[in-house]
Amino acid sequence: MKDIDLIVGPRVPQDLLKRERKRFLLPTLFLGAAGLLLLISIFLPYWKLTLFAPQYPSGLQMKVYINRVEGDVKEIDTLNHYIGMRSLTEAASLERTLSIVMVVAIGLLVIAAIYLHSPAAAVFALPAFFYPFIFLGDLYFWMWNFGTHLDPRAPLSNAIKPFVPPLLGEGMVGQFKTIASWEIGLWLVFLASVLILVGLYYHRKAYKPLLEEQFKKEISES
Amino acid sequence: MLKKHVSRWMLPMLGLGILALFYTCGKGGQKAGVQVGSEDVNAVIEERGLTPNDVLAAVKTYIPTGKYDEYLLFSSGGHSGQVLVIGVPSMRLLKVIGVFTPEPWQGWGYSTDTWKVFEDAGINGTPLTWGDTHHPGLSETGGDYDGEFLFINDKANARVAVIDLRDFETKQIIKNPLTLSDHGGTMVTPNTEWVIEGGQYGMPWTGEYAPLSQYKEKYKGMITFWKFDRKKGRLIKNQSFAMELPPYWQDLSDAGKLVSEGWVFLNSFNTEMATGGVEEGNPPFEAGVSQRDMDYMHVINLKKAAELFKKGKTKKIRGFNVLTLDTSIKEGVLYFIPEPKSPHGVDVTPDGRYIVVSGKLDPHVTIYNFDKIQQAIAEKKFSGKDEFGVPVLDFDAVMEAQVEVGLGPLHTQFDPNGFAYTSLFLESAVARWTLGGEWTGKHGKQPWTLVDKVSVHYNIGHLVTAEGDNVHPDGKYLVALNKWAIDRYTNIGPLLPQNFQLIDITKGDAPMQLLYDMPIGIGEPHYAQMIKADKIKAWEVYPEIGWNPHTQSKDPNGIQAGQEKVVRRGKTVEIWMSAIRSHYTPERVEIRKGDRVIWHITNIERAKDATHGFALPGYNFNLSIEPGETQTIEFVAKRAGVYPFYCTEFCSALHLEMMGYLLVKP
Repeated sequence: MKDIDLIVGPRVPQDLLKRERKRFLLPTLFLGAAGLLLLISIFLPYWKLTLFAPQYPSGLQMKVYINRVEGDVKEIDTLNHYIGMRSLTEAASLERTLSIVMVVAIGLLVIAAIYLHSPAAAVFALPAFFYPFIFLGDLYFWMWNFGTHLDPRAPLSNAIKPFVPPLLGEGMVGQFKTIASWEIGLWLVFLASVLILVGLYYHRKAYKPLLEEQFKKEISES
Repeated sequence: MLKKHVSRWMLPMLGLGILALFYTCGKGGQKAGVQVGSEDVNAVIEERGLTPNDVLAAVKTYIPTGKYDEYLLFSSGGHSGQVLVIGVPSMRLLKVIGVFTPEPWQGWGYSTDTWKVFEDAGINGTPLTWGDTHHPGLSETGGDYDGEFLFINDKANARVAVIDLRDFETKQIIKNPLTLSDHGGTMVTPNTEWVIEGGQYGMPWTGEYAPLSQYKEKYKGMITFWKFDRKKGRLIKNQSFAMELPPYWQDLSDAGKLVSEGWVFLNSFNTEMATGGVEEGNPPFEAGVSQRDMDYMHVINLKKAAELFKKGKTKKIRGFNVLTLDTSIKEGVLYFIPEPKSPHGVDVTPDGRYIVVSGKLDPHVTIYNFDKIQQAIAEKKFSGKDEFGVPVLDFDAVMEAQVEVGLGPLHTQFDPNGFAYTSLFLESAVARWTLGGEWTGKHGKQPWTLVDKVSVHYNIGHLVTAEGDNVHPDGKYLVALNKWAIDRYTNIGPLLPQNFQLIDITKGDAPMQLLYDMPIGIGEPHYAQMIKADKIKAWEVYPEIGWNPHTQSKDPNGIQAGQEKVVRRGKTVEIWMSAIRSHYTPERVEIRKGDRVIWHITNIERAKDATHGFALPGYNFNLSIEPGETQTIEFVAKRAGVYPFYCTEFCSALHLEMMGYLLVKP
């Protein structure tokens, strides 16, 4: 048996497929949906920070997408220069450049996992499973990086101590109340992680017997 | 949500509660205080000595903090040369728009583009730095205000200005090439195809000399129809034309609407053609121009006149298209109708059927019927011709009614229920009277009858009702534009403010109620327009960074952050500067004495209200650069030295620090 066959795993006999349609459909559905959610999330915001201050009665917003930041970015940058924070446009530039390709790739890997009837499917789905945690980790890194590396020559550098706004919920910076919220894109990729777990469970249930059968057959043949 | 509702309803309820309290108090009833927190409202009313009427007026006019007014009043600023924007019913002054007079807060007249507006509208090569704003006119679509543009005339120099209501800034001032004084503008036709400017004092065409002994032969009257290009937001001179008129003093005008669309009505006085000379024993003007019992309302077939202009029947005078008096008479585009002497207002009713004329020296308003005018023209019911050969229609054939309203009737506007409101200058009052014809069904009262009067303080000139010269007037509020204040305010020296008074006219069967006094401490307003505030769609910030408000498009010299530079070409130094809270880039500008400086400044902000100023001492510059705006100044650095420039708008906590140095080396 070639290595590639080990990864791809055994094909399902037609009569078995007909008899136990649901058994093989479930992993396909769950993993397919997870892949799809990942792809959809590309177009949706992941994270939002809203800032309120007396002179901003309707608030300032920044919405983080995987490849860009939208909203009152210019105004937030204008304000941030007083405390010596770098422009938001400089944050996570490598991530933003690669993000779409990466997310498409890990989404396609999940979809590819549908066709792998072996434990390799789990390996293919793993990046997608961890992706939302990686996103949040990276977001936190950049917030920490920006909030703790303030230009000491900035006009208000003495007034504001280095800070890291919370990833979720309320915080306070100067006269600004900050509210961080997780947006639809992030919820979708979290949902995708759950779907991947469920999908892998059904995957194992569907294909493990086939795999064991194949092994037995090979052992007996050799 | 609940809180919002409570606050919205609480105030009127409170008012009613207070009134009820007064009522019971008056009857010797128990004093039950309206308690707000630890304060007893009743006690406050008592302490301040307010009457139930005062409380009612306060409740009707008070706009709670953070809330908006229902209407905007655009008022002439008189000889301040500006336009005032006022909220109604609160009567809060929102803005003074710089028009004919430079206005440093707005940088109006200080930048290259805005100063050029003044230069282009100068007389004999001299830019003028003041004007006498008289009659603002809002642009209309289908006879209703559309909230897009405002026009206003300068009586002192016969000029018309265009204000764009996207940014509330003046875009154009156009000089009438024929004359030096105007009055009957700026009324607009129902779709703003034409902006009307009627002349005032008879004079030879601008620049020509003729002695007063040749008044009849050489002196002229005129009316100009300025073509408005809505897309460009400009009056187009070569598509506009004027009509030569007899040297009577033309006064106010109004455009026909609905049935009378295509016609224009224009008052006149001094049909006596008095030339004054009290110092030579002649009757003074005031007497000389008031000898005859009747003057002439000019009835102009604008549609036909415009066709004649298109057919090339106009003559070029002072480089301008003029339909001569002879042509107008021959082609039947001009008729006269006798009107009670020294009239002021000529006002077309919302349905376009009647024309209301008030002669200041006659206690009546005279109402003419448009259909009857048409019939008289068709049947040639003339009572004769004037001295210049203009056919005069028979007064009795075209007159519909006369209503005795009081002394010194001056100007009339309307409400939706068939009531007309006329200012009474001599009586210092506003008269409410009923229209007849189809309007009778609306108000259900005796037609053409005076029904109510309210005193105003004092010497009312014009008045304005909400959208009161539209085809769909709103009624509700009336503002009396009083010329004198006398004792209405704390004495602030011999120059007194004028007095705007807000009057509630909501209910046709209840007396009009005087609600509020607003002092006007600038110029002397003449006329106003009141528009529903939500019809105005003004920008919050300019649409793009690098916007030139004069051209309402992107300025080639507008820059983004990072594109700042200083370039020297021989003796010319050109600067592209950005402004953002709280710094200019560059902050140091070094030049040499004698350099010509071209300085472009772009406000690269996108935040609402983040305006920056630019004050350059010693060179007489102050700019207002609103978010996105680009402005340019040009000057020759004649004096060496160090000039600290700074931001005149308190833009931020570090506003004081927003400065830089212009270093002019010897």
